[in-house]
Amino acid sequence: MSALSPRKRYEQKERRRSLLIATASLLAVCAALYTLVPKAPGWVAVKRSFFNWAVLEKTFPTLLKAFLWDIAIFAWSLPLIMVLALAIALCRNVKTPALFPLRVFGAFYTDIFRGVPTILLVYLIGFGIPGLGLPRPWNSPYLWGTVALVLTYSAYVAEVLRSGIESVHKSQRAASESLGLTEADTMRFVVLPQAIRRQVPAMMNFIIALQKDVALLSFIGPVELLRQANVYKSLMANFTPYVGAAVIFLCVTIPATRYADYLLAKQHSVRT
Amino acid sequence: MKNRSQKLVLEDVTCRFDELTVCDGINLSVDAGEMVCLIGASGSGKSTLLRCINLLEPIDSGHIWLDGEDISIPGLDPKPYRKRIGIVFQSFNLFPHMTVMQNICLAPTRVLNATVTETHAVAKDLLQRFGLQDKASEYPDRLSGGQQQRVAIVRALAMQPEIMLLDEITSALDPELVGEVLEVVKALKEQNMTIVLATHEMAFAREVADRVCFLDGGKILETAPPEEIFTNPREARTREFLHRLL
Repeated sequence: MSALSPRKRYEQKERRRSLLIATASLLAVCAALYTLVPKAPGWVAVKRSFFNWAVLEKTFPTLLKAFLWDIAIFAWSLPLIMVLALAIALCRNVKTPALFPLRVFGAFYTDIFRGVPTILLVYLIGFGIPGLGLPRPWNSPYLWGTVALVLTYSAYVAEVLRSGIESVHKSQRAASESLGLTEADTMRFVVLPQAIRRQVPAMMNFIIALQKDVALLSFIGPVELLRQANVYKSLMANFTPYVGAAVIFLCVTIPATRYADYLLAKQHSVRT
Repeated sequence: MKNRSQKLVLEDVTCRFDELTVCDGINLSVDAGEMVCLIGASGSGKSTLLRCINLLEPIDSGHIWLDGEDISIPGLDPKPYRKRIGIVFQSFNLFPHMTVMQNICLAPTRVLNATVTETHAVAKDLLQRFGLQDKASEYPDRLSGGQQQRVAIVRALAMQPEIMLLDEITSALDPELVGEVLEVVKALKEQNMTIVLATHEMAFAREVADRVCFLDGGKILETAPPEEIFTNPREARTREFLHRLL
């Protein structure tokens, strides 16, 4: 220990001190909550209807099973979103005059689907299209609810990709074109790989939001997690299933958020 | 009029950015195997002139002749000419998401339709020649500036260009790394590559150039063999510029 420089010794002392203060203040806040909250007049009633262990035990397995639907919807919409977003981003980037309509389409697409609240789109598409009286597999609310999510999210992800494409320095394009590569090849081999890599953390945020927004489909029929919790709430006149559903969502979204933060931090450390 | 059948002929080349005339009626002809150095202060138009020759910057008037063919006609597809003219930039501009090998092989496989094995062989050979053989699978950010610039030169050479344009390729390098890059240029010259080099390395220009052009305000004020321009410049502006540097 004697090998520590004065600066190191000072820093170590400071570190210990702030750790001690942080722990003490955290404990104080927790203790205050623990003693004060149960003193609230309605606490017993709230505890019974929101944090009821017996209800949770009974409903949790079914809630988990319902969550499989959320996972499934998420899993099949994600690749569709990525493909569609890429197509839209490329549409907005075309410079050839003959393809100008594509550019207009791309702009319209992002304006409309970013401008309409997701839930409204879920209603419009989820109720509207099955209302056309399509035959059996084509009138499924799973299908059209997923389509609504894909449309909304691909508009957002397309914008993220587009800003990524624009962030690649023009000297990269110049280098590629000076070697005789076509514009398409330049985009494919030089610009896009860099753009996508740069935007992974930003896209992670949309992926996390998508995980939660899958629950919006509960409004048009599929018995996924939120819908299932709703059923139990009505059945048992108890809100605990909602808390159970929240916990299940958090189990997925918190690790995903942390991972996104990690990616972002890693990217920053590479750049500097 | 000039003999347009020389390797590269610039005739009255003018290039404007809005109101600013960056190249103002440039006339220059370069023989096959000749090395021409462009010198002059920053902003004198050296870089823009090189970018014009590579058709990265469209010219406003004048002509650029490559082997007697006018390559500067507006609307002409620049790609077939670009692959015959290599350019290396001050800031390397390697593709950061690709290894050295991938950087070198991208253009030959996509543009020349060479097979992967052919391209690899060419790339390996070039890397060997410039002392980079053990860097083939590294990413650019793992290389020193000098190594990156040598890779950029190899990347241009892998297209087997007829002319190399070198745009202040040592300006972004630490002084101790300049030598290794200039060695590469010297080797190219010895292999009779046609080179147009914009540089601030006066000693180097004096040593290897066949001709030196002094640019000022977008014009070539003076063209002469290096000994002459460095020891006895004709123009006052040239003398002033060199005096400030030496």
